[in-house]
Amino acid sequence: MAALIEVDGLGKDYLMGATLVPALRSVSLAIDAGEFVAVMGPSGSGKSTFMNLLGCLDQPSRGRYRLGAQAISQLSRDELAQVRNSQIGFVFQHFNLLARTSALDNVALPLLYSQVPAAERPARARQRLSQVGLAERMDHHPSQLSGGQQQRVAIARALVCNPQLVLADEPTGALDSHTSIEIMALLQALNREGITIVLVTHEHDIALFASRIIRFRDGAVVEDTPNTPNDAAALLASTAAQTAA
Amino acid sequence: MNFAATLRIALLALRINKMRSALTMLGIIIGVAAVIVMVAVGNGAQARVEAQIRSLGSNIIMVLSGSMTSGGARGGSGSQQTIYEEDAAALMREVDAIQAAAPTLRGSGQAIVGNANWSTSFIGTTPEYLDVRDWTIAEGRGFEPAEMNSSGKVALIGQTVAENLFGDASPIDQVIRVRKVPLTVIGVLARKGQNMMGQDQDDTLLMPINTARTRVIGVTQAKSRSVSSIMVKVKEGADMKEAEERMKELLRQRHRLQPGQDDDFYVRNLSEILQAQEASSRVMALLLAAVASVSLIVGGIGIMNIMLVSVTERTREIGLRMAVGARGRDILTQFLVEAITLSVIGGLIGIVLGVGASLLIAQLAGWPTALSATAILLAAGFAALIGVFFGYYPALKASRLLPIDALRYE
Repeated sequence: MAALIEVDGLGKDYLMGATLVPALRSVSLAIDAGEFVAVMGPSGSGKSTFMNLLGCLDQPSRGRYRLGAQAISQLSRDELAQVRNSQIGFVFQHFNLLARTSALDNVALPLLYSQVPAAERPARARQRLSQVGLAERMDHHPSQLSGGQQQRVAIARALVCNPQLVLADEPTGALDSHTSIEIMALLQALNREGITIVLVTHEHDIALFASRIIRFRDGAVVEDTPNTPNDAAALLASTAAQTAA
Repeated sequence: MNFAATLRIALLALRINKMRSALTMLGIIIGVAAVIVMVAVGNGAQARVEAQIRSLGSNIIMVLSGSMTSGGARGGSGSQQTIYEEDAAALMREVDAIQAAAPTLRGSGQAIVGNANWSTSFIGTTPEYLDVRDWTIAEGRGFEPAEMNSSGKVALIGQTVAENLFGDASPIDQVIRVRKVPLTVIGVLARKGQNMMGQDQDDTLLMPINTARTRVIGVTQAKSRSVSSIMVKVKEGADMKEAEERMKELLRQRHRLQPGQDDDFYVRNLSEILQAQEASSRVMALLLAAVASVSLIVGGIGIMNIMLVSVTERTREIGLRMAVGARGRDILTQFLVEAITLSVIGGLIGIVLGVGASLLIAQLAGWPTALSATAILLAAGFAALIGVFFGYYPALKASRLLPIDALRYE
């Protein structure tokens, strides 16, 4: 199977004062369609920089990046926006929802910048909200939702344009452990539908839900191993059974 | 992304931030309303002066009798009767710039009709008088040549006289006795209102000059043709100063004055006084407009601050929008449409408030106000421009950020 993501010698330097600091030295790897990858590493290891480059949010200082059939490193800013809109879904640690805006409008936000006809948008947003289990909360504002619910809204937003790839940057970082497992179960369910997921986390037990774990240190990949993922849904079921008993 | 979508995004964003939107608009509203009101008040004052000039008649020069010197003591103007009815005819005939010249003989007395009476001033004059004063006859007719020549016992009366002597009844063909002389009312003059000194110009009675001289006043034979004054109207577009000089020359010649001898008459240019007043009221109007402009500029700075803050505090939102697929120009259009919407709504409210306040001032304070379309358009346009510019500029900066930098903005 052809790789969905292929990076070759990808690197990024930041200017700190007068000196160039390499945040990412040189990363070469491939991620296949349908993989669930956990990216781990201590802070400053370059894992977030790597994610931002994968998400076309930042521009690399060097190296090549191919997503699907497109050579990302050669695209203009407008073309990059198009790629972010149609091929990539983002889930952030702090949800990044628009305040004082209903869950439905938050989910529909990416559709405003897409080719989807205006008449279809509410239906698609509604369908994605139902998929993440928030059919009853569509008119709620973020401040009226719990952290877990807010992250579900964010996931629904990431899915609304039918991306091939979901990038999740510490999606459980602001959540308690039970809610974290719920979110991971949701991501695993999406992965089973064929969506490729790349997840940044520094929590080992969260990384264990992925099928592949990549470790970063000092701006380079130091370990890249397959993993037999824990089943988050099963874990939730057993916890529920214990609580009931 | 089409325009309707952009508009929807912008309106949604405005609705979400109602308070901030309202505060931004407040600056525009106050600025626009202030300019409209100030200019309306200034224009109103100017219009009132202009109306006074019109009520006097435009381009008027008055010729008065000179003063008499007797034993070293000089009398006031009119102490010597030195101008004559013929001078008026000569002025009209020989000075090109003069449109009309009306000799006047003034007097006052009790006007009596039945058991009603009213003290008024009367003027004996010629039909040219109405032309000079830009005065029209509201009801009835003017003097006819036969009446002028034969000292006809007829009169034209002002509105005040008509009201006081006849009430609601028609005065036409009624007989008024002035100093015991019965005069038939042939016409009523149109209402003219107060002059700049606050005198009621409608409290007057006109009669043929011969009637006034021979029947009502009864002037001594020696000075039989002398008059109190001559009112002259200079043709539209003619040079007032030059006309005045030509008049003086002609009168000196007619009165056989030697070079070096003082004029035996006075020439007063009434329009000049009013024009000076008009100039000062124009200065006041300009001053008011300047003050209002300052408030518009202050309002503009308010708009600028709120726009700058609003765009800055929304940098993360901009980052998010970019992350989910907004291009730089989508961001830019959104903020531009937001700014235009705020400015237009604020401008409209400002116009409504400004016009309303102007009308209210006119009603309550009794000041004349005159709304100026130019001021309204200028104020609203300027406010819109400020809103758009200061909304656009920070948005332009934000739209050029890398998505990740906007997202991470603290």
